[in-house]
Amino acid sequence: MFRNGTPKILFFWFAFILIAVLLPFLLPSYFVHILIMILFYGFLGTSWNILGGYAGQFSFGHAAFFGIGAYTSTLIFVNWGISPWIGMVFGGLLGMLLGLLMGSLCFHYGLKGPYFALATLAFAELLRLISLNLDLTGKAMGILIPLKGNALLSFQHESKIFYYFVILLMFIGVLWVAQWIDRGKIGDYFAAIREDEDSAEAIGVNTFAYKLLGILISSFLTALGGTFYAQYFLYIDPRVTFGVGTSIEIFLRPIVGGMGTVYGPIIGALVLGPLGEVTRGILGGYHGVHLMIYGAILVGVIVFLPKGIYGWLDGFTRRHKW
Amino acid sequence: MDTNILVQAVISGLLMGGIYALVAVSLNLIFGVMKIINFAHGAFMMLGMYFTYWVSIFLDIHPYLSLFISMSALFVIGFFIQYGLINRIIEAPEHNQLLLTLGIALFFENLALFLWSPNYRMLQVTTLAGAMHTHKLMFSTPRMIAFGAALTMTLLLYLFLTKTDSGKAIRAISQDREGAHVIGINMKIIYSVAFGIGSACVAAAGTMITPFFYISPTVGLVFVITAFVIVVLGGLGSFWGAFFGALIVGIAESLGEVLLPGSLKQVPIYSIFILTLLLRPKGLFGKKHV
Repeated sequence: MFRNGTPKILFFWFAFILIAVLLPFLLPSYFVHILIMILFYGFLGTSWNILGGYAGQFSFGHAAFFGIGAYTSTLIFVNWGISPWIGMVFGGLLGMLLGLLMGSLCFHYGLKGPYFALATLAFAELLRLISLNLDLTGKAMGILIPLKGNALLSFQHESKIFYYFVILLMFIGVLWVAQWIDRGKIGDYFAAIREDEDSAEAIGVNTFAYKLLGILISSFLTALGGTFYAQYFLYIDPRVTFGVGTSIEIFLRPIVGGMGTVYGPIIGALVLGPLGEVTRGILGGYHGVHLMIYGAILVGVIVFLPKGIYGWLDGFTRRHKW
Repeated sequence: MDTNILVQAVISGLLMGGIYALVAVSLNLIFGVMKIINFAHGAFMMLGMYFTYWVSIFLDIHPYLSLFISMSALFVIGFFIQYGLINRIIEAPEHNQLLLTLGIALFFENLALFLWSPNYRMLQVTTLAGAMHTHKLMFSTPRMIAFGAALTMTLLLYLFLTKTDSGKAIRAISQDREGAHVIGINMKIIYSVAFGIGSACVAAAGTMITPFFYISPTVGLVFVITAFVIVVLGGLGSFWGAFFGALIVGIAESLGEVLLPGSLKQVPIYSIFILTLLLRPKGLFGKKHV
């Protein structure tokens, strides 16, 4: 998009930042919540996209990293009173450690495509079952995080605007990482692995090391998202952290928006977020009914827009020299 | 530990393993022919269960009599999903096919949630409540019937694949796609028939377990993940691999239930799964390397 001329890009960014900063003060709290969810899933989707989209290693179990992040910060806050800000870093590191374990096992034994997807799914399910049975993690009851009121150091505030700016900064950060990968050498290596791993190996790309790098970055970032979730909702349980549904929610947006692109995940989040809210409003009722519409959209995107909305928009703007 | 409990666990596991066998063998049929890992398989089973539930309630007939209704309904649904959707992306990268079937699964699971609520339902069948007792061991009647029916269906499917022309065409495609095309097999139709048969078989499994298993919109997810474990353990595309893998997983799950606390019963299964993927990805009975 916006291929010819830098001024357009500058204007675009200036307008984006201005709107992003002012928006939460102008909107009622419910809409701020929707914005937070869009940025939150944009953040998670972009993190997933680094491994799944760019490096082409399709993870079906990112809930594993997400849950590790959520439980780590929550447990050390509830048990030892250590600030979730610090817990977030520890959660990220532990998530990365899990990424190292899963990645080195799966990539060492050469798991590819659907096999890698199923293996990551199995890891996440194992963690869900374990957290469902440990006293430490509160079993199926989950953990309620004690309210501290307006305690910024405890990663808590009564106003949604606080969370909005936290997730906005996190999102800009992850966008920067994605941009850096996209434009740099790593992105080229990732693309080579994604398109044809054997050829990449043949021309001298250390595919094992780069795939591992992909899962390390991706797992670290996804775990940070887990801590944000825990602090925003102040409640976690095995299903919302490690469940299959969470893994699906994480990769749905980059796929709908466009895998392996910088803006794909946030475009997906911008489309699915409001749509999910509207569906919930119309269908009402049970938790998760909006996934019916998401399922239909996923089918439509895979069949009609295999490169996602961003890929389609990109082709459109190219054809019309926008 | 009382050996009686262990023997009982093995028996229950074996009976459940028969159901898993039908689910896994039909999943493998679809994989073998189209190289598609069908995530919607569990959702089709769930639909089969709900069809059985509603038909037996509204028409006031025995749930087993709804077998042909749920099988034909799911054959038609499966046929047209393959014909109208999956055939369009049969040449696309593997993960796109996985995602397409996942989208279909999400749609049907949440449609069921919307229409029929997340409440667990049980079908009370008084004529089936009994059980056989020998040597302090219990053989529940509906489970025995389900086991027998699932084995019969599996055998019929095997005979269909090896003895009939359509079955041979399906196997021809799974062995050599281009070759089958050259000798004039209509790929699109055969794909759709194979997908329809796979869906009808899993619907049959759904019907057979309805008298003793809870029904909920997400019940299929449990079965489809177990079926993935089984086909990977037995070897993707291997008919008998899926069959024996199902019995092994059924018994492992049942023993896990007795020996491990709480809901940890599935931990051994996922561990077997990860180990198989890592150490022997072609599975116990698989022929070719992945």
